[in-house]
Amino acid sequence: MNNAQPKLTTINSNKNRFKTLLEVKNLKTYYPVKGGFFRRTVANVKAVDDVSFEIKKGETLGLVGESGCGKSTTGRTILRLINPTDGQIIFDGKDITNIQGRALREARKDFQMVFQDPYASLNPMQMIGDIVSEPLKNFGKSNKKALKEEVMDLLNRVGLPEDAYEKYAHEFSGGQRQRIGIARALALKPKLIVADEPVSALDVSVQSQVLNLLKELQKDFGLTYLFIAHDLSVVKHMSDRIGVMYLGNIVEIADRNSIYNEPLHPYTQALISAIPEPDPRKSKERIVLKGDVPSPVNPPSGCPFHTRCPMAKEECSIAKPTLKEVRPGHQVACILYN
Amino acid sequence: MSKLTHASKKAPLLEVNHLETAFKIDREYYNAVDNVSFTVKPRQVVGIVGESGCGKSVLSLSVMRLLPKGISEIRSGEILFDGKDLVKMSENEINNIRGKDIAMIFQEPMTSLNPVFTIGYQLQEVLLNHMEISKKEARQKSIELLKGVGISRPDKIVDEYPHQLSGGMRQRVMIAMAIACQPKLLIADEPTTALDVTVQAQILELLKEIQSANDMAIILITHDLGVVAEMCDDVIVMYAGKIVERTDVDTLFYNPKHPYTKLLMGAIPKMDEDREVLESIKGIVPSLKNMPKVGCKFAARCPHAMPECSFVTPQLAETEQGHEVACLLYETSRPKEGMNVQ
Repeated sequence: MNNAQPKLTTINSNKNRFKTLLEVKNLKTYYPVKGGFFRRTVANVKAVDDVSFEIKKGETLGLVGESGCGKSTTGRTILRLINPTDGQIIFDGKDITNIQGRALREARKDFQMVFQDPYASLNPMQMIGDIVSEPLKNFGKSNKKALKEEVMDLLNRVGLPEDAYEKYAHEFSGGQRQRIGIARALALKPKLIVADEPVSALDVSVQSQVLNLLKELQKDFGLTYLFIAHDLSVVKHMSDRIGVMYLGNIVEIADRNSIYNEPLHPYTQALISAIPEPDPRKSKERIVLKGDVPSPVNPPSGCPFHTRCPMAKEECSIAKPTLKEVRPGHQVACILYN
Repeated sequence: MSKLTHASKKAPLLEVNHLETAFKIDREYYNAVDNVSFTVKPRQVVGIVGESGCGKSVLSLSVMRLLPKGISEIRSGEILFDGKDLVKMSENEINNIRGKDIAMIFQEPMTSLNPVFTIGYQLQEVLLNHMEISKKEARQKSIELLKGVGISRPDKIVDEYPHQLSGGMRQRVMIAMAIACQPKLLIADEPTTALDVTVQAQILELLKEIQSANDMAIILITHDLGVVAEMCDDVIVMYAGKIVERTDVDTLFYNPKHPYTKLLMGAIPKMDEDREVLESIKGIVPSLKNMPKVGCKFAARCPHAMPECSFVTPQLAETEQGHEVACLLYETSRPKEGMNVQ
């Protein structure tokens, strides 16, 4: 699969490590709910509600949470595919929260996205070669021969056959399509890749191929990932640090082993205990949460999790806890640790 | 495995013998389920695992006789349920069994409920079809059923429409509908795949409770080995329409024999271990039209493939007590003398 030598320039991944690449401060993204005769905004879906974190160069930050918790909106807001309602996004030292037009276009070179659905995210009318070369063309590369060579390199690098260049998306399997999506994201040699559920549509055997590929590419090109998924074991496999989201908030953020070995927030504990263990001899204590996630249109007052929390106290419904560092590198938003 | 030994004393509830289900593509038939035989005993939970396209859903639709008409049919074999062959039954006879003795829950709780009828109406339909009760009794019974599957405010929900419920609640309604007539066998096709993990945990707990309370057998189709480990007594591993391995759940996880099973186990990231590289299986499941006619269907992707794998078809045979494997690495899988090599 990877016997061909990558011709693309490889960045030394250690040199730039430990510098902050992305900093998100108090990010809020609300979707308006329109109603009434004049289509006025009657309510807001608080998809992302006061989220702060940072990602260092060469690092992978994983975001986990159940559907509707705002993890995808967070990823898309950072890429400025959705405009933030409030807060700040600082990418590589530059504030990109409100940049527009040409400046935004220029900045986008440095951050790219890999989408969840490899069936919907590729244009069925375009040849793979055109799909992968489009970002290059957009940024001024027009020499046809050089362009083709570069695309061939990319296809090669993600483990696709040479003849993929002149084929169409429907001729490929889900795993191969995801490779095409990755090649497209890599084309402009970005610094940050936001991968939004990149393997959730794939079978386990293919899933592992794509995960392995993403890890290899990270090493070779010194990439930084924001890895979004609902599968905690996949996120743990990929990430250096993990943020757990619930109803638009990050409730806990720590390095991967701390999240798994000593989860502090009751939600994280429940989430980890809910994962079925692929081992019939282990029977684990399971915290089964009651009910469903509340609606983000009208989130509960105080701690967003208090309606389902097995340890909720009265004061949980009054004040919303903020993320606090309780151990070095381990932040949690829960009054149990105040 | 006390449940297993308990179950194994009884006669099988479902016995599938040499089942072949084919799809018609360009006027030719291609087997999506290819010579599959297995049994399910009363109270037993049998898991069927494999990648998409390996025939697990087609197998379950064959048992339910719900195959899409015109493009697919059962070509040969028998499906004995309580001693009666489902394959030979008329549409009327099967209607009396389906929903009553054998019930099914599907993967998509969003699409398997009718959006224009209330929850109560859809539940009562099942009850009125299979039981001789009045409409009033049926309504009362459906409220009880909803309560039984852990739905709060069942007397309100009964008059609501599917879109008013969350995914987890819809799946609970599906389960209520499936167990309405206390079936002996429940076929659950990826019942939790579309759900979040915390909701999945709730649904699995519920299925376990109902299974032991109603003395029901379950065929659980899933691709999630975690769910298998948690729920099943016996496991069938399918690849390209064939059973490649069948054993109890403990043996499957601790002593898997078929290379495909082993790779499948190695491909999942586990929470309690750190591995830089996951095992992966090269290539993909071949499509029905490109399926090799002879030899082992996994040979092209198998790291242990030998030259003979491409022309000798391995037989599913017992290597150890209760452990069946179809792979030429095991002597027992080689075709016996005198049998013609397919």
